[in-house]
Amino acid sequence: MREGLDHWPFILASYVLAIGGTLLLVAQSWLVMKRAEARRERSRHR
Amino acid sequence: MHGFANPARFLRLARWLTPLLLIAGLVVTGLTLAWALTSAPAERLQGDSAKILFVHVPAAWLGMGGWSALAIASLTELVWRHPLAAIAARAIALPGAWFSALCLATGSLWGRPAWGTWWVWDGRLTSMLVLLFLYLAYMALAEAADRDAGNGGGGQSRIPAIFGLVGAINIPIIHYSVLWWNSLHQPPSISVGESAMAPVFLYGLLAAVIGFSLLFGGVVLTRMRAILANAQAEARLRRRAMEQDFDDFGKRDFAEQDNA
Repeated sequence: MREGLDHWPFILASYVLAIGGTLLLVAQSWLVMKRAEARRERSRHR
Repeated sequence: MHGFANPARFLRLARWLTPLLLIAGLVVTGLTLAWALTSAPAERLQGDSAKILFVHVPAAWLGMGGWSALAIASLTELVWRHPLAAIAARAIALPGAWFSALCLATGSLWGRPAWGTWWVWDGRLTSMLVLLFLYLAYMALAEAADRDAGNGGGGQSRIPAIFGLVGAINIPIIHYSVLWWNSLHQPPSISVGESAMAPVFLYGLLAAVIGFSLLFGGVVLTRMRAILANAQAEARLRRRAMEQDFDDFGKRDFAEQDNA
């Protein structure tokens, strides 16, 4: 362990990155899926 | 396995499994990370920075596990021509790339307080960086192949599958890198049947791995459903366009006969 370095900024940066990035990935994937399924429905009725 | 080769059967299963995996993943991951931040004890040598373990290790496992799954899907596509295998491989690529990038970033954030440096060009870190580049290359290759095929991402070309299979050679290199070469990175703390970790870290880590894996599975299913829906819409539109062309051709033919 390196003395004199406060660990918390590193811990918080890791957690913010992990939680924020993973939530973005989930939301983006969900939106892409909903948009694609709506497109499939539109193509069915065209 | 061939029972799921039918996209309709897969969709029936995926429709209820997708929200289940995503919600369970969000709950398990959220609770575990909240516990890790507020209640996990400091480690004897590394102090509080050991809390980064609960995001770094699941990210590493999912980055490597993702490519292993991608390689298995590629093999299934090449050997058995399973119609969903190419779609699964394409759906794995982005979450796999994200977790590899997260592993590198959190590793760097852990390395600064633990080793005194953000980065070293040793076997483990470099082979993990190579894995991220492999994911990015796979996504570019699959995108180009699907654009050439014009099938909305359904996957017809075998080139991405061959690349997925060849890239798997990097997985044992990452795993054994800490044993083969001198490295700042510690050797594995967990092996089959034994662990060098204190139970509080081990069980917390297990919960984090389960939570992130559920999310990974949910995202893969979500992206598979998107690729399938796009491919079906594309196929339907192409069929309509062909029918329209055929009708127009028939009408023109009749008109020419009438004129004659």
